[in-house]
Amino acid sequence: MASLDLAGKLALLADAAKYDASCASSGTTKRHSLNGGLGSTEGAGICHAYAPDGRCISLLKILLTNYCMFDCVYCVNRVSSNVRRARFTVEEVVSLTLGFYQRNCIEGLFLSSGIIRSPDYTMEMLGLVARKLRLEHGFKGYIHLKTIPEAAPELIEAAGRYADRLSINIELPTDASLTRLAPEKTAPGIRRSMGHLRGQIDGHREARSKSRRAPLFAPAGQSTQVIVGADAARDSDILRMSAALYARFSMKRVYYSAFSPIPDASASLPLSPPPLTREHRLYQADWLLRFYDFSVEEILSAAPDGMFDAAIDPKLAWALANRGRFPVDVNTAPREMLLRVPGLGARGVDRIIANRRFHRLRLDDLSRLLASARKALPFVVAVDWSPGPLTDDDRLIARFRPSPRQLDLFAA
Amino acid sequence: MSPVQVVLSRQDAAGDWIAQARRLLRAQTPPEAVIWSQEGANADLFADAPAPPETTNPTAAAPEETTEEAGVLRLLLLHAAPERFALAYRLCWRRRQTPGLLQMAGDRDVHKAQRMAQAVRRDMHKMKAFVRFRAVERDGETFFIAWFEPDHHIVAAVAPFFQRRFAAMKWSILTPSCSVHWDGRALTVAEGALRPATTHDDPVEAAWLVYYASIFNPARLKVAAMQSEMPKKYWKNLPEAALIPELIRGAAARTSDMIAAGAVVRVARPRRGGAG
Repeated sequence: MASLDLAGKLALLADAAKYDASCASSGTTKRHSLNGGLGSTEGAGICHAYAPDGRCISLLKILLTNYCMFDCVYCVNRVSSNVRRARFTVEEVVSLTLGFYQRNCIEGLFLSSGIIRSPDYTMEMLGLVARKLRLEHGFKGYIHLKTIPEAAPELIEAAGRYADRLSINIELPTDASLTRLAPEKTAPGIRRSMGHLRGQIDGHREARSKSRRAPLFAPAGQSTQVIVGADAARDSDILRMSAALYARFSMKRVYYSAFSPIPDASASLPLSPPPLTREHRLYQADWLLRFYDFSVEEILSAAPDGMFDAAIDPKLAWALANRGRFPVDVNTAPREMLLRVPGLGARGVDRIIANRRFHRLRLDDLSRLLASARKALPFVVAVDWSPGPLTDDDRLIARFRPSPRQLDLFAA
Repeated sequence: MSPVQVVLSRQDAAGDWIAQARRLLRAQTPPEAVIWSQEGANADLFADAPAPPETTNPTAAAPEETTEEAGVLRLLLLHAAPERFALAYRLCWRRRQTPGLLQMAGDRDVHKAQRMAQAVRRDMHKMKAFVRFRAVERDGETFFIAWFEPDHHIVAAVAPFFQRRFAAMKWSILTPSCSVHWDGRALTVAEGALRPATTHDDPVEAAWLVYYASIFNPARLKVAAMQSEMPKKYWKNLPEAALIPELIRGAAARTSDMIAAGAVVRVARPRRGGAG
C-alpha cells in the first residue's frame, strides 16, 4: 500500500479520534501573546465551527497514531481491526496545530493515541508534542492530552506541566464490562491513575495559590468519558458511576459517548444506530447533579427501572413524580426550590430573584424573564397565575409526552 | 417646544452619543423631545453603500452608571438598529426616577435593550469564532487576511481580542463597514473594504477542509443543532461550510455501509459475551 501524505494521515487520524466527545477549551489560566508566542486563553472557550453532527469543533482533535497494541472491542483502532494505519511525527502535529491556530480555526489541540511500543513510550511522545508547542513555539492556546493510565507517573507528571487538561477514559460503566471488552485495561488501574492525577492537580494548585512562581499542572483539571450502549449497563449504573467520579476525583466533566457503529466492528457489539436520546438524557441528569443540587438517588427515583424516560427529561420526570412539592411561588420560593422547577434554568432563576426584589412578579413578567415560560407554568404560582388543580392532574403527564409520531422524528 | 435634533457623526456615533446624552440630561431634556439621527444614515437604506467606520472607544462609558449597567448600554450602542440611540437615552432618563431600572428585565424598554445587547454580544462571540485568516506572502513576509461580515458595529470592540491572540502575526480583518490592521505594534481602525479576491491557495486551509470532513461523524447527523450555532448567513465566509451539503448527502450511505459491513462480520464469527 502506498504511504500516506500529510492530508491522508490527517483524514485517517482525525476520523479515528472523533469518538472522543470532549471539545472543552475553557477554564484554564488566562494567557495572551502580547509578550511573544502565539495564542491566548480568556476563560470561556470558543467553538470555531460546527460539523453536521451538531458537535462543536474547538480543538484539533487527532490521534498521534492509530496503531495500537490493545484489543478493546469497542474501539475502531484495536489491534485486531482491519482499518488502515498511520502515524504522525511529533513535528507534523506541532505544525498542523500552529497552522490551524494562526488561521483562527481552533482554540488548541486535543491529542490522543493508540498504544505503540509501550504505554511509557506513547505517553512520552504525547508529552513531547505539548512540550515542543509550549517551549519552542511559545504556544499559549489550549492543550488537552489523553493520558495513558498504564504509563509511569513521572511521564504523566511531565505531560501535566504543559497541558491544560489531562483525561483518562473510564470507557465502560462497570468493572465487569471493562474486563470483558477491554482485556488489557483494568478498572483499579484506571482509578489509581485518576487518583494520582487528582493528587497532582490539587497539590500544584495549592502551591500555586501560595506562590505565583510555582509550576502549573493541568490547570483545567481532568475529565473522562464513558461509552453508552456498548454493554448492558443501565442509566442508573452510569449516573452512580459519574457521581462517584465527581466526588472522588474532582472530575471537571464526565462525557457520555453514545456507542457509534464503527468500521470493521467486532461481533460482540450491538449493530444498532447510536442511542442518541439516551446520551442526551444522561447529559441532562449529569447537569442536575452538578448545577441543580439534585442528589443522584433523587434523580434516579424518577427512573424506577434504572432507565430514563426517552420521552421526557429527567427534571420533568422528577417533578411529575413529586407533584406534592409544587406549585412553587416565584415571588417567595428559595433559589434551591426554583431550580427544581421544570423549564427554569439557572439563568432564569437568577432573573426571577433579581426582579422580584423590585416588584411582585406576574405572568406577563415571567414570559419576558424566561426563555420557555410555558413549560414552567403548571409548576409555579405568580401574582395573577395559579395552575389550580393542574399540578395534581394525571393528564399533566400526558401533556408533556410527545405523540409517538413526534418521538420518531426526534429519534431520527 | 420644538424637538431637539441631534446628529451623531459617522466616525464615532457611540462616543458622540455619550457626550450629547450627558448634555441633554443636564438640561433636563425629556426623551420625547429629542430626535436622534446619524450623519449619512440614509445610506443605510442601500445595502451596497458603505456604512460609517467605527472608532468607538470600547472603554468609554455612558453617563453615571455601574459597570454592569454600562455593559448593557455599551453593547446597545453597537447595535445596528437606528432606534438604539433613542432607546439608550430613554433608559438613562427613566433611570433617574427608577434606580436599578436596567436590572428590571420585566420592563419593556429594559427587556428590549437586553435583547439588543444580547444580539450584539452574540455577534461579537461569533466574530471571534468565525473569522478565518488566509496566509499571504508579500516581500518575503507572511500576512494574514480575513474577510468578515458582522451584523452590528462590533469590529473595533472585538479587535483587541485578536491583538492579544495573534500579537506576533501581521494581520488585517476587512469588513464592509470598517477594517482593522495589526502590524505587530499598533492597531489601526480604517474605512470599510471590499471582499478581497482569492487568487491563491493556502495549503493549510486545504488541510483544514480535510480535517473538517474527517472529524464529522456520519452516524450522528444533527443538522438543526449545527445550524442553530452556525447559521447559514456565516457559511459564505467559512471555507469549510462549502463541504456541508455533500457531507450531509453522504452520511446515511456511510452509516449503513458500516452497519452492513459489521453484519457480515457478525455472521462470520461466533458471538462473544452476553450483552449487546
